[in-house]
Amino acid sequence: MDATAIIGVLSRTVPPAGLEPVQSADGMPTIYVAREHLVDTCRALRDMPELRFAFLVDLLPVDYLPREPRFEIVYLMASLGMSGFGDTPKRLRVKVRVPGHEPTLPSVSSVWPAANWSEREAYDLFGIHFSDHPDLRRILMPDDWEGFPLRKDYPVQIRLPVKTYEPLQVSQEQFVANIEATRNRARKD
Amino acid sequence: MPDEEIPVLLTTVDKMVNWARRSSIWPVTFGLACCAIEMMAMSASRYDIARFGAEVFRGSPRQSDLMIVAGRLSRKMAPVLRRIYDQMPEPKYVISMGACASVGGVFDNYAIVQGVDQVVPVDVFVPGCPPRPESLIYGIVQLQKKIDRSKAFA
Repeated sequence: MDATAIIGVLSRTVPPAGLEPVQSADGMPTIYVAREHLVDTCRALRDMPELRFAFLVDLLPVDYLPREPRFEIVYLMASLGMSGFGDTPKRLRVKVRVPGHEPTLPSVSSVWPAANWSEREAYDLFGIHFSDHPDLRRILMPDDWEGFPLRKDYPVQIRLPVKTYEPLQVSQEQFVANIEATRNRARKD
Repeated sequence: MPDEEIPVLLTTVDKMVNWARRSSIWPVTFGLACCAIEMMAMSASRYDIARFGAEVFRGSPRQSDLMIVAGRLSRKMAPVLRRIYDQMPEPKYVISMGACASVGGVFDNYAIVQGVDQVVPVDVFVPGCPPRPESLIYGIVQLQKKIDRSKAFA
């Protein structure tokens, strides 16, 4: 099943306005989806019996800096069919265009829980905001990091002082209180 | 004329203490990257760091004298490294092992600390990518010489 056929199936439940097939160099079926219909489209891709894309393989942003729309989010998914490898298409690449001035799109973690950490990674490294994500915070960089390192306009070397934080200091009173609390707990047991 | 009946050895306190310190350097088990593989090879039977009294790798920094920073240190890991160093009792020594730990190596980017001497004071830098176990043994011997030169009671 090629991209056009998949769009044909999809357009039975999803508004076909944003759907657009792409000729990909590797022959893998590829479609563009409008940002507004992303979650509905993904749910249809997962649930329609002819498609059954139950497995989100990966999710990755691409930064095409001078161009606008600046970002593209690529969703790679696989279909195992109804019982093992059936007659459904095997793989699909879905792309969403996201403008650089407002890098926001709906989260698909309600469709595939596997998207949760991938979307956190996309937020961490590219600054893409996923609305209604359950837990959108950094996953790889330190929590207090400034900027999004994999964007094209982020420098390779930043030459900033290394943050090491203050050594943990415990006062005499805290130290004694801690030991006594431990002792009391041990007595109770 | 020494009396061979009396078992007495005369030395200075400095020499005695330095001898004790350099003869049992206990490194902390702390590997960051591929250099740690060479560090393990150094401690294993083929290269056998026990010949230099430094074979007791300790899992706890509280029982260690030496930290071998074996690999590239990311900015996220830097506070952890500093915390482990702070937990080691004095006297403590640091060997920066390999190009990445010493100057950042091939990782000239935002995520990697460009030299661990920005985080902890380093006694010996061992070059190499990664250094061979012999190189690291040489680094430990240099550290032993450095300890021998030091004043234990300054």
